[in-house]
Amino acid sequence: MSRLFCGFSRSLSVAMGWLVSGVALAAGDPITAAEKQPLNLHAIVMFLVFVALTMGITYWASNRTKSAADFYTAGGGITGFQNGLAIAGDYMSAATLLGLTAMVYTSGLDGYIYMICFFVGWPLILFLMAERLRNLGRFTFADITAYRLDQGKVRTMASIGSLTVVCFYLIAQMVGAGQLIKLLFGLDYNVAVVAVGALMMVYVIKGGMLATTWVQIIKACMLLAGGTLVMILAMSQFGFSYATLIERATTLHVNGWAIMSPGKLTADPVTAVSLALGLMFGTAGLPHILMRFFTVTDAKEARKSVLYASGFIAYFFNVIFLMGLTAILIVGQNPEFFEGGTVGGKLVGGGNMVAMHLAKAVGGNLLLGFLAAVAFATILAVVSGLALAGASAVSHDLYARVIKKGRASEVDEMRVSRYATIALGVVAVVLGIAFEKQNVAFMVGLAFGIAASSNFPVLILSMYWKGLTTRGALAGGYAGLFLAVTLVVLSKSVWVAVLGNAAPLFPYDQPALFSMPVAFLVCVVVSLLDSSAAAKKEVAAFDDQFVRAQTGLGAASASNH
Amino acid sequence: MSTEISDRIKKNPKFQQLVKKRSAYAWMLSLAVLVLFYGFILLVAFNPALMSLRLGGEASFITLGPVVILSMFVLFWVLTGLYVKRANGEFDALTRVLIKEATTGVSK
Repeated sequence: MSRLFCGFSRSLSVAMGWLVSGVALAAGDPITAAEKQPLNLHAIVMFLVFVALTMGITYWASNRTKSAADFYTAGGGITGFQNGLAIAGDYMSAATLLGLTAMVYTSGLDGYIYMICFFVGWPLILFLMAERLRNLGRFTFADITAYRLDQGKVRTMASIGSLTVVCFYLIAQMVGAGQLIKLLFGLDYNVAVVAVGALMMVYVIKGGMLATTWVQIIKACMLLAGGTLVMILAMSQFGFSYATLIERATTLHVNGWAIMSPGKLTADPVTAVSLALGLMFGTAGLPHILMRFFTVTDAKEARKSVLYASGFIAYFFNVIFLMGLTAILIVGQNPEFFEGGTVGGKLVGGGNMVAMHLAKAVGGNLLLGFLAAVAFATILAVVSGLALAGASAVSHDLYARVIKKGRASEVDEMRVSRYATIALGVVAVVLGIAFEKQNVAFMVGLAFGIAASSNFPVLILSMYWKGLTTRGALAGGYAGLFLAVTLVVLSKSVWVAVLGNAAPLFPYDQPALFSMPVAFLVCVVVSLLDSSAAAKKEVAAFDDQFVRAQTGLGAASASNH
Repeated sequence: MSTEISDRIKKNPKFQQLVKKRSAYAWMLSLAVLVLFYGFILLVAFNPALMSLRLGGEASFITLGPVVILSMFVLFWVLTGLYVKRANGEFDALTRVLIKEATTGVSK
């Protein structure tokens, strides 16, 4: 049994929270200053170019960010193509680049299986959610869940769900950023965390969604270009022949031909299915991803953005598969990348440095610097998106709708959103520093678990099921939230790794397989038992909501300026 | 007035037609994705050895696993393309007609 969930927890920590294992690995990996010297300059210069460029964009965006709609959704004027790139950018974090390359390098086919699990949610989001999201939502996904239900209570719950997801994800990103930057740039951990927090606040506060989207677009282009370049240079060493690559990789890999078979990742059906479920539906409940659907002009562009996004994501995952395979030979056989020069020993900088070493091997320090800058930019872009999603939950849901009951002025609402961004930034920096030496694996698992078990069930039921009532939504949403948190606490990543117990009480790291069905069940049962007058009204209101969801009648339109 | 338009749309048989067609199409595609994907996951879980099956003879280095996964990436993306094409064409055209019929009805 332990082998089963080990495989799962490892895959989770490697791929989703690469930082996690990165923290663990990197902490014990002293890298000599001499080895870091040459890359620092290239990386820092290229990163400064990125910062200068994005600051310019933020200045440009700040002149166009006047109304609340501008701030939350870039005025709804983003095109499908731009939004597709931005979604792909949100989805392809530094974890994807570093963690998945490392996973293919270590386990071969397992990494590729993991990537298809990570991808498959997108077609479903398009078929079942994209156009309804766009037609019903305005600024946050709580606009949809609270559409015909009790505004105050349902929004409060949605904001708690959003903020929990955002905070855990932010802290995990911050810790990862600090470790990565320490490793790649030679900067102090605290300096790196403060720099990320400060830049994030500037992007979000000054430029709102417009700046955040463009930062994400630029970063996505850099990531796609950098990955493609490394992949092409690496594949050229094998005459661009996949067969040659596999022949040599399976000969020289320590596990030989076994790397072309599934390994621990999908050791049993429960692990396999819970992995697939957690990734698929977690994605569909992440507030910063959902928010992207409100930035486009209409349902048509919303659909297009998924088409482009999934195209870029699918392409990039395949690039990563090839990068990981070529790294088996190019990095794995080169003593330069191993501590003490022993091939097969410990990789310099830890297991997550595979992609970076590969870049250095095929493109020298210049390409390494570029890829390091891309990784930094990636973290920056992802935390900005998260901070914006968190700030909107505070200002649009909690402040404007719950506290002020919809009577807040737009100026006040925007001011609150900026304070909220500062508060989130400070929290992220402080906790990022506090958690430096902690294993934060559980935070990513928790974020996905809560997204899949609380946000997602209420959201999908509110769009699809006429019978959902306020009581049902609240009971199910809170049940999912509570169960997801409890199961993660009892799982290996907290119960053993953080609390130091010998064995976990819950054998899987991803709770979604269990907490998500419970949330759905509670929503349905409580709604069916709810015979209050309010419930009847809420059910009756579904028809109008349904017409709007289907036709976009009365949907928020792009502000024109 | 908005609910009035909404009511007109609801009563229009074309609306039922739109909903029916689009749901059928969306669910069919979703089902295709789910069946193929979870079929693959269960295959991996229950018969992992199959994934390293060599395609095209003993000396081949092309194995089943990567071929199946690559095909899924391509196929699923093509399916999203198919949905976007039909939804942005046929379904959106139908929606426009619906809204037009409902709103012109009100102004009369």
